[in-house]
Parts: sequence; C-alpha cells; structure tokens
Amino acid sequence: MTTHYLVLSALLFAIGGVGVLVRRNAIVVFMCVELMLNACNLAFVTFARQNGNLDGQLIAFFVMIVAAAEVVIGLAIIVTIFRTRRSASVDDASLLKY
Amino acid sequence: MEPAEIIQHSGGAIGAAWLMIALPLVGAAVLLLGGRRTDKFGHLLGVLMAVASFVVAALSFAQLLGFAPGERRRGIELYEFIPGLAKVGLLVDPLSISFCLLITFVGSLIHIYSIGYMAHDPNRRRFFAYLNLFVAAMLLLVLADNYVALFVGWEGVGLASYLLIGFWQHKPSAATAAKKAFIVNRVGDFGLLLGIFTIFATFHTLAFSDVLGNASKASSGTLTAIGLLLLVGACGKSAQLPLQSWLLDAMEGPTPVSALIHAATMVTAGVYLIVRSGPIFQGAETAQLVVTIVGVATLLAGAIIGTAKDDIKKALAGSTMSQIGYMVLAAGVGPVGYAFAIAHLITHGFFKADMFLGAGSVMHAMNDEVDMRKYGALRKVMPLTFWTFLIGYLAIIGFPLLSGYFTKDGIIEVAMEHNAILGWLAVIGAGITGFYMSRLVFMTFFGAKRWEPTAHPHESPAVMTVPLIVLSIGAIVLGWFLIMGNRFMTFLAPAVGAPEEMPAFHPFSVPGLATLALVAIGAAYAWMKYGRAEVPAVAPRGSFLTTFARRDLYGDALNEALFMRPGQWLTRLAVFFDNRGVDGLVNGLAAGIGGTSGRLRRVQTGFVRSYALSIFLGAAVLAGAWLVVGNL
Amino acid sequence: MPWLSTLMGVSVLGALGVTLVRNDKLAKQFTLVVSLIVLALTVAMAVQFSPNGDKFQFAETYDWIPAFGVHYGVAVDGIALVLILLSAILVPIVVLASWHDAEAGKRSVRTYFSLLLVLEAMMIGVFAATDVFLFYVFFEAMLIPMYFMIGSYGGAQRSYAAVKFLLYSLFGGLLMLVAVIALYSIAGKGTFMFPDLVGTIQDVTTQKWLFLGFFIAFAIKAPLWPFHTWLPDAAAQAPAGAAVLLVGVLDKVGTYGMLRFCLELFPDAAKFFTPLVITLSVIGIVYGAIVAIGQTDMKRLIAYTSVSHFGFIAMGVFAMTTSAGAGATLYMVNHGFSTGALFLIAGFLIYRRGSQFIADYGGVQKVAPVLAGTFLVAGLSSLSLPGLSTFVSEFMVLTGTYQRYVVPAVIATVGVILAAIYILWMYQRMMNGPTAESVKSLPDLNAREKWVVAPLVALLLVFGFYPKPLLDVINPAVKDTLSSVSVTDPQPAVPVAQEGQ
Repeated sequence: MTTHYLVLSALLFAIGGVGVLVRRNAIVVFMCVELMLNACNLAFVTFARQNGNLDGQLIAFFVMIVAAAEVVIGLAIIVTIFRTRRSASVDDASLLKY
Repeated sequence: MEPAEIIQHSGGAIGAAWLMIALPLVGAAVLLLGGRRTDKFGHLLGVLMAVASFVVAALSFAQLLGFAPGERRRGIELYEFIPGLAKVGLLVDPLSISFCLLITFVGSLIHIYSIGYMAHDPNRRRFFAYLNLFVAAMLLLVLADNYVALFVGWEGVGLASYLLIGFWQHKPSAATAAKKAFIVNRVGDFGLLLGIFTIFATFHTLAFSDVLGNASKASSGTLTAIGLLLLVGACGKSAQLPLQSWLLDAMEGPTPVSALIHAATMVTAGVYLIVRSGPIFQGAETAQLVVTIVGVATLLAGAIIGTAKDDIKKALAGSTMSQIGYMVLAAGVGPVGYAFAIAHLITHGFFKADMFLGAGSVMHAMNDEVDMRKYGALRKVMPLTFWTFLIGYLAIIGFPLLSGYFTKDGIIEVAMEHNAILGWLAVIGAGITGFYMSRLVFMTFFGAKRWEPTAHPHESPAVMTVPLIVLSIGAIVLGWFLIMGNRFMTFLAPAVGAPEEMPAFHPFSVPGLATLALVAIGAAYAWMKYGRAEVPAVAPRGSFLTTFARRDLYGDALNEALFMRPGQWLTRLAVFFDNRGVDGLVNGLAAGIGGTSGRLRRVQTGFVRSYALSIFLGAAVLAGAWLVVGNL
Repeated sequence: MPWLSTLMGVSVLGALGVTLVRNDKLAKQFTLVVSLIVLALTVAMAVQFSPNGDKFQFAETYDWIPAFGVHYGVAVDGIALVLILLSAILVPIVVLASWHDAEAGKRSVRTYFSLLLVLEAMMIGVFAATDVFLFYVFFEAMLIPMYFMIGSYGGAQRSYAAVKFLLYSLFGGLLMLVAVIALYSIAGKGTFMFPDLVGTIQDVTTQKWLFLGFFIAFAIKAPLWPFHTWLPDAAAQAPAGAAVLLVGVLDKVGTYGMLRFCLELFPDAAKFFTPLVITLSVIGIVYGAIVAIGQTDMKRLIAYTSVSHFGFIAMGVFAMTTSAGAGATLYMVNHGFSTGALFLIAGFLIYRRGSQFIADYGGVQKVAPVLAGTFLVAGLSSLSLPGLSTFVSEFMVLTGTYQRYVVPAVIATVGVILAAIYILWMYQRMMNGPTAESVKSLPDLNAREKWVVAPLVALLLVFGFYPKPLLDVINPAVKDTLSSVSVTDPQPAVPVAQEGQ
C-alpha cells in the first residue's frame, strides 16, 4: 500500500538526478538537488509510516533543516559567482580543475 | 725447553715500563698540539723523550737480569681495555726487552742524526713528533701482553710510517707511496685481524699467557689456520712476498725514516709476531713450512731486486727485504731458529741503520741525489761516512768476525739442518748479497767522479757522524757478543723456548765455507763490473733478467693488472649501478606514480555536472554491488 | 627528578625562546647556552645511572590516551642512555659549527636554530620512549624539523633531497604504524607499553609479519642496502650541521630500533630473518665502501662510508653475541663522533672554497695544516684505526660476529681494506700534492672551528684508549636484551680457565 509513495519518491529522485546532470543553469541545478532531497524525505516518511515508528519522520526534519542551511550557503555562492562572472551557468565556473 | 710462566710484577723499572711508551707519546702530543710554538725546541724534546725511553728500557733490562732465568717473564697489569675482550698489560721478558733496547737505542741515535739531517726543513718539529709517535707505537707493539694491544701498536706504527713516508706531502710521489704502504699493510692487517678473531673464537681470550699456554690443546687445523693468517699479517708489515711492493716505494720518505722504520724496527715486526706466537706455529707444521718458503722466496727476490737498482735507497730496501727474509726463514724453523732470527734482527738493525744513515749522509752531501751512477770516488771527501759504511757493508755480507758472519751464517746453518734445499737457497742468497752490496759500495765510494756539476760533497756534521760511528761499533761486536757461547739463545730461552741441545758454532762447516766462497765471488764480480770498469752515467738496457729485477720482479705490474684495474672497473660499475640501478628503481617508481597521477588528474575537469555524474555512477555501482553480494 | 622530561622540556622551551629573540647573533648564543644546559643535565643524569640496577631507569609514565592504553612513558637503559648522551653532545657542537650556515637559507636564522632545538627534544624522546606508540610519534615527528632544515637551508638540489628523504621515511613509518597497531590488538593487553608487550606474541608467523613491518622502517632509517639511496642525496644537500645530526643521530634510531624492538618483541622472527639481515649488512658493508671509492663529491662519499658502517652495526645487532651487540651499540655512538667530525670539517672546507667536489681541492695541507690534520684524524677514525674509538667497536662487532658467522665476518673484514682506500685516496686528492691555485688563499681553522673539532677528536681518542665507561653501561643492557631473545654466546673450542670468571 505504501508502494505508490515509494514509486513517486523514486520518480522524483530520478527527475531531480537527471536535472542535476543535464541543466546548466545553477539555480535549476540547485532546485533539482532540492527535489532529490524532498524525494528522500518522502521515502523516509513512507517508511516511518510502514514501520510504525517516528524515526523516519525525525530524519525528515533533519533533512529539511540541512536543506534550509544548504539553500542559504548555496544561493550565496551562486549570487557571488553571478556577480563576478555575469553568468549563472555551472559550466562557466570550471576554474577549479586538474 | 718450554717457555717459562709469566709472573705478575710491580715496582722497580719494570713496573714503570709503561713510561717507555708514555714518554715518547707525550713528546708527540706536545709537539703536535703545541704547533709552531714548539718549533724552537721541538727536535730537542723529541730526542730527549727517545733517550729517556731508552734509559727506562736499560734500567728494566738491568732489573730483569737480576732475576733467575726462569723468572724473567714479568707481566704488568695496566687497565681493562675492552671489558670482556681484553685487558691491557705489558709483558717484559727477554724477547720484548731485546726489542725495546734495539728500538730505543737505534731510535735515539736516529733522532740525534735527524737533528742534522732535517736541519733545513721548515717542518722539522712535525718530523720529530711523528718519530716519537712511531717509537711509542713500536714499543707498545712489542711490550703488549695480548693480541689486541699488539694490534693497536701494529697499526700505530703503520700510521707513523704513513705519515713519515708522506712527510713531504707536496710531492705526489711521496703521497702515493704513503697511501700505497698503508693500503698494502691493511691487506696484511686483514689477515692478522682474521687470525685474532680465530684465536678469540677458539680460546675466548686474547692474552698471550692464556692463548700460547693452551695452544697445544687446539686442533692442528685451527692452529694452521691461525698461523697462516698471522703470516699474512707478518708479510704485510715485513714486506715479504707477496705483499712486498710497498717497501721500495716507501723510500720516498726522509732517509732517517727509512733507516728507523723501513730497515731497523717496524719491518721486523712480522718476525716478532711469528716468534712471539711460536707455540701456535709449532703446532702447525704446514704453517711453519709456508713461513720458511715465504722467507726463502723473499730473501732471493729482495737480493735480485737489489742487484739492479741504481737508486741507493732502493738498493738498500731490496737488501732489507732480503735480510728480513732470512729472519722469517729462521723464525719458521722453530725454537732452534728463534734466537738466530732475533739476533740477526738486532745486528741487522745496527748495520742496516748504519748504512741507511750513511746513504743519507751521502745524499745530504750530494744535494739529495740518489742515483748511484752520479756518485763515485766519495771515499776521499767523506772519510767518516765511508769507513762506517764499509763496516756496515762488511757486516752484511758476512765478513768473518763481523756481526753478519755470526748471525746470518747461523741462520743458514739452522736452515740447512732443517731442510737442505732451503739452506742452499739461503747460501745462494748470501752470494747475491755479496754482489749487490759490493756493487753499491764500489759505485758510491770508488771509481771515478761522476758528480753533477752543481754537487760539492762534504763530510756531514758531527751530529750525523757520531750516530754512524756508534752504529758501526755495534755492527762489529754485536754478532760475536750474541752468538758466541749461545749467549743470546740462553737469554731468550725463558721467553720463546729453546732446543734441548744448544747448537754448537762451527766456524768452518761446509755451508759456512760455501757461503764465504760465494760472497767472495760475488764481490769480485762486482769489483770487475763496477769497481775497476767505468760505470756508464745512463743505465744500459741490460738483459731480460736486469729489467726483471729493475721492475721489482713485476710485482707492481702484477698488482696493477690483478687488483687495481679490475678494482677501478668494479668501482665504476658499482657507482653506475647505484645511480641507475638501485636509485634508478626508486626514482623510476616515483616517476611512475607521478606519471600515473598526472594522467589521472585529467579526470578533474572542473565541470560540476561531470562530478555529479561520477557520484551517481559510484552510487549506482555501490548499490548494484550490494544487491549482488546480498543475493549471493 | 623527572630527568628525561626535563631534558625535553628545556629543549622545547629553548626552541620557543629562540623564536622570540629578535637578534640573530643573540639567537645563536641563546641556542648554544640552551644546548649546553641540556648537555650538562644529560651528563648529570648519566652519572646517576647505575649500570647494574634496574633495566629501565628514570622511568616516568603518565596516561596519554587512556582509551587505547597509550602512555607518555619514558625511561632509559644503557643502550638508550649512551645514544641520548651522543645526541646531547653533538647538538652544541653542531650549533657552534653551523654559526654561519643558515645565513644563506630561505628562512630566517632564528628558525634554523629553533628547529635544531626542537630536533634535539625529539631525538631524546625517541630514544627514551618506552611506549611503542610514543616511539612511533617521535619517530615520525623527527622528520619534520629535519625536512625543513634540508629543504630550506640546503644546497642546490635541496627540495629534491628533502622530499626524497621525507617520502622514504614516511613510507617506512607507515609500515611501522600498521605493525604497531597490529601488535597492540594481537597482544590484547590493552597497552602500548614496551615492557608489557615483550613476550606477548608467541605465534611465529605473526611475529614474522610484525617483524617485517618494524624492520623495513628501521632498514630505511638506518639505512641498510638496498634502501640507502636517499641518504647520499639528503646528506649531500643538507647543511653540514644537519647532515651530522641526520647521519649521526637520526639514522641511529633505525639500528637502535632493530636492537630494541625487532629483537625483543619478535625473538623467533629475528632468528628466522637473521641470515637475510646479515646478508644485507655484508652487502652494504662492501658495496657502500666500493661506491664510496668512486664518488667525486666529498659529502656523498662520507654518506656512502656511513652506508658501509651501518652495515657493520646491523650485522653486530643480528649476530646476537654479547660482544657483537655491545660493539654495535658502541659503534652507533662512535660513528656519530667520527662521521660528525668528517662532515663538519668537510663543511668548513666547502664554506671556504664553495665546492663539494674533491677535484676542486689539492694540497690544502700546505695552506691549512690544522684543518688537514683534523680531517685526517676524522678520516682515520672512519677507517677504524686502533687508538681511535671506532676501532674498539668495529673490532668487537667483527670478533663477535666471527664467533657465530665466519664467512660473513670474513667478507665484512674486507671493508677494513676498502675503508683505507676511500679515506686515504680522498685525503690524498684533497690535501696532498701541489697546492691548487684556487685553494692557495684558504684560511686555516679559526678559533670557533677549533672548538668544534677539538671535543670530537678528544672523544675519539679518549674512548679509543678507554672505552670502559661506555661499555660498562652498554654491556649489561645488551646482555639483558640477548637473554630476553634467549640466545647464549658460543662456547670456545679450547676453554681457558681465567681468573675472575
């Protein structure tokens, strides 16, 4: 009965993953990461329901907090990069290599 | 007769025997550390220390004579040198005291002579420091009561010899000769060290008293091994075949050094070692045989080399080799030969030092010219040098009633009884001695003047001639004094043992007469070739034999072909192997890792999305692996 | 009184103090004073050591990481004591010798002297550590100051040499770390204290693996053939003073470790690997000497002679007789003095002439007799001339080895001949012959340099004739070590009754 939730979670995760891999816009990549995190959250909550305890829900809250912190730092970095390079494309920020 | 027991001793001159070593050592230390401040009195201090050492030796000798013959081996404990391995003590017995007297007496005379000989050398102080160092080391060598201390002295004299051969360091030939002497000696030391190790492994002690007293309990195989190894050491120090090549080059040193170290004392250390280790050799017939063969081979080789040298010092050096060959031969014969070996060693110390110093006096007069072809007719301008040299000459060829007549003929007789072949070879050696020594004397003192135009020969100062006179007196009387009535053999017996029956002296035995006849023939032939006839200023090419002798029997050529060239080749190969092989492997490994990572780092493209892909792939692989493993 | 901690503490405080001094000259003087205080304290400690008392003395043990049974445990036995003494003697000499060495370096003069004192603390610590983990920490930490001393103050190829030295040592160190952890967990005693770990590993196969972990680290450190090629590079590029401490003390940690850890912790494995180690040592002795003969750079030459000498030490350690073991320990000390003197005098020459190449010299004896004379004495000690202390140790090692392994001892004795060749040939090329144009104006040793050389020459001579004070301390410790390996000396073929035995 929880299978549907899990399939949805997997789909969302896959969509997010493909988004991270194929999109160049940093904001979109970032949103895809968020999508993957939320897919995970969905899975956690589903399993919490299935197992009848609160562990999964607890973890979901943790993930949300981490995601929030990540948004703060990530957006700040993206904005800084945009300011210096006039571009939000992740491929343009490829100086850190070799 | 067996050697007597060693009695622990204290007090008197013998109790203070360590002063013999300490005094010259202090002299050397003061002169070396004092530097130029001691330039003014350096030579005097050097002489003083040598003479003081002689006084202690003489007093010890007097005290030793006061004991009954059976109580004349006195041991003095000094201190523990290497705990568990060796204590250091001195052993004053007839054998060592004989050496002490020889070393300090002849040493003192040569110190005095050097005052005059080195008068114009700016480094005279350093010269005396090294001489003092030598005397101290040599005395330690003969006074030591165990093999370690003996080895310390053994290497000490080697060091002094190195420093003194290379005294004129600015001359490349002197520096090379010094290095060669040290390295060849080290080859000998290699044998001596192994001998000492074998002794320790066998007896767990290195003290003479314990080792020699128990030598008969060891197997003859062990004793043979020890004997042969000690012989290698003796060959190195005493310039016996096949380690003889350094001695002729060692003549690069100042002449007093050649007289003291390379004629009278240090080169006889090998004989001392063999005689001191007598009980080991007596238990090993093979070793004894090898000793006598080495002795005979060297006495002939040295004599042959002596016949062809035009350099007066090298001719004398060949002669030294040859005479030590006689001593080694006698030492190899056993107790009956020991007394003759040591007696000849002492008389040789006198007459050879006499002749070397005489040669030095000649060189001093001739602007350091050593080529005898540029001498001639010197007997008139240098009468004192001539007469003293003549006495030394007559002593070495065995002119009746002079030293060599008693001691060398004694060795020939002993050898003859031991083994006729060896004996007759020794007789032939004596004949050659007659020839080359006569040649030397005739070329130097007789015939026509062949001087360089710049030479103005003159008699040397008294400080140089007085030692010559004293030494020549010794060369006249010592042989008679030591040999007649077996005086020396009786004296030595407590230390080295003696045959049951003392040999009688036959003045007109067959070998004795044969020797005299051969010597006379040799001398007469030399007179015909070099006394009466003109001596050409440039050496004629000569026969193959002459070249053979001139080139030191191709000893150097052999060493070069067998050791030096392959050694250099091996060195180069090893350096190449180390840089390219061992280090190349390490550096190659490092370069390999570096290269691989250089290629691997290309993966870091800088594109975030490719990193993300690798993360996904990694996660997928892990998940896949987990599934596979989980289902196994 | 906590002697060992005091020694280290004084050095570390001194190192901090040096960094605070603003004046270079004052910093040098301060370093010298600190190192002399450490020397005085070490001597005071050594005097109170009782050779026949407890095995480990002046012990201090405090918990460090209780969860893993790691302690700060220091103590000395006779072997460690003489090595600490060696370090304490060499440091002031090196300070005085390196007076001007750091001035051309990449970093400040103060840093150099500060590093020296830090190194001194670590050298004392590594020999004193009785906790295997603490030993490991010092073993690795020692590399850091030395790395900077080579890398920042060395010759033209200093970076290459410093990195090579660091990587080589780290590699060995990591193998040892694995072995240390394995030892801890297999022993199951919950402690890293060395005395508690002795005899805990009974299984021979386990012993062999752990032995190899320790041994390779020590063989690289010592260095033993074929792990030696970092040493000539490091020693040739390091400033002379650092080279002295590197070869004189740091490398001794390798041979010390073999004697202390490899033998006592893994006796059966040590016996199993003895043929291998003796073979490597003998190869090292002859090979090092032959390669030394072919060198054109004097510092590299001296480094290769050390490869040969370390062969002697390792052979002595693994011959497992009292005389060889004590000789090897004494060799560690004497080699420090002998090679120290050689490196320092070579350093004085290089400072004057600006070249390490033997061919650039010639006839120095004429213009600088004192320099040449002391160089000769140092050289003679390297070829183990009797009367100098190195002879005693080499003689003991060879005598002891010969008792059990005749053929290796005979081959090793060839080293005696080769030593004469490499030293005397170098001496002849540099000091004898006509004086080369380029060295005609070389000054002789000045007063400071004489003060550097004099104590070393004096020590070589004194212990050459009277090694008893050192051997009295070393002998009981070595006997103790060998008895815990449960070997006894071979018996003589002909027993001789001796008084006092």
